[in-house]
Amino acid sequence: MLQPDAEYRSFLAAGRFMLQRTAEGRHVFYPRVAEPGTGAALQWVPADGRGSVYSVTVVRAKPPAVQRNVALIDLVEGVRLMSRVDGMASEDVRIGMPVVAKIVVENDVPLLVFVPQVQ
Amino acid sequence: MNGFPRGRTAIVGAATFGVGKAPGFEAIELAAMASLHALADAGLRPADVDALFIAQPQDTLAGLTFSDYLGIRPKITDNNRSGGSAFLLHLEHAALALDAGLCDVALIAYGSNQATASGALLQTSRSSAYEAPYQPLRPISAYALAAARHMHQYGTSKRQLAEVAVAARRWAQLNPEAVARDDLSLDSVVNARLVSDPLGVRDCCLVTDGAAAIVLTRADRARHLHPRPAYVLAAAAAVTHSDIASMPDLTVTGAVESGARAYAQAGVRAADIDVVQVYDAFTINTILFLEDLGFCAKGEGGAFVEGGRIAPGGALPVNTSGGGLSYCHPGMFGLFTLVESVRQLRGDAGARQVAGAELALAHANGGVLSSQATAILGSAATL
Repeated sequence: MLQPDAEYRSFLAAGRFMLQRTAEGRHVFYPRVAEPGTGAALQWVPADGRGSVYSVTVVRAKPPAVQRNVALIDLVEGVRLMSRVDGMASEDVRIGMPVVAKIVVENDVPLLVFVPQVQ
Repeated sequence: MNGFPRGRTAIVGAATFGVGKAPGFEAIELAAMASLHALADAGLRPADVDALFIAQPQDTLAGLTFSDYLGIRPKITDNNRSGGSAFLLHLEHAALALDAGLCDVALIAYGSNQATASGALLQTSRSSAYEAPYQPLRPISAYALAAARHMHQYGTSKRQLAEVAVAARRWAQLNPEAVARDDLSLDSVVNARLVSDPLGVRDCCLVTDGAAAIVLTRADRARHLHPRPAYVLAAAAAVTHSDIASMPDLTVTGAVESGARAYAQAGVRAADIDVVQVYDAFTINTILFLEDLGFCAKGEGGAFVEGGRIAPGGALPVNTSGGGLSYCHPGMFGLFTLVESVRQLRGDAGARQVAGAELALAHANGGVLSSQATAILGSAATL
């Protein structure tokens, strides 16, 4: 069975943030059936969880919706993903800020977000 | 050896239709009207077309629909969709097919009624499953992330972004067809309501209706169809990613690659270009593309556009139609960069005409900085 998308989601539902990695140690995100560029096999490994904010934008939603941040996070494994930084005001999220992954449940679906790293 | 048939094909017909608001028209009707005007420009009829290139907002099988509608029996049908850049890819493929003798008359067409159509704005693409839960505004937030990173890395300011919007507006004020022609100040752009930081509402393109079409033939026939053909000297494209999270460096686009190949095909450098059109869906785009196409160094785009340098009377005429920011933006602006280039090379651009324009660069973007395509057109003097 090779269903990377479903597997990633079931890991997340079990409270585990997992990444794919090649035999050579290159990490890949989003989950795929093979390494982009080479077609090489991928294996699941636990993510470290730490990263930093590569870029961030505050989406100015029209009321009653609340404004939110949308951030690109560079993980220590060398991959980048889109997420959100919780635990602080959206306007205060800064590029370069160290963050750590957290799994929350939103609309009954597990969701990967990040919170500031405690120094 | 790059294989591109430099100067062996030419644009002999170019037209727009329904720019602004075209209430009551269907998208296909707008595209058809632009096509008929472009064909008439070259003294041709629909039945003369034997290669059709089209991307319509909602009709993913437009190559079939439009052939039927206009009465075309195409030997080549190209429905390539790479976002707003699609029409420059169409140009690249049309030039190759014409030069190979696979077809004789190519039509590239587009029409959209997104501004006056009933219902919500038409979305031709959606965020992926790995981005959608975070609710980025598509496509604005992706460009906002690029702008924020450019500002962080190079000190680019909101005022420098505003220079792009004001320059576009000043060109639009010289273009009677442009939609947004009232005065616009740097302050009003900088202080406009934020949509997705750092981009405010005046950093974003218009939402309009509009259609455009161009007609190409081989160069030997072109001079008999139009007194001033716009010769296709280069057309090259690149894809770097789909989702913005997959973009290797948010301050460097695939225009580096498409531009370098286009310059090599045409045998020219950035310094040789007389007039530039770049797809300015957002103000950051113009800065990124001017850098990546070699008009200034990486990181210096903000300073480059200061002081009206790309506005009327400035050193480098950029987006002389008013661009997506102030001329029109029916959803996919790419084809309008080609039409404006043709108008400039023909000397038909009225009050916004760039004197002595012989070499024009058109650049378009698709997706979220994902697809980049560069074309270089020239007058007979550049052959």
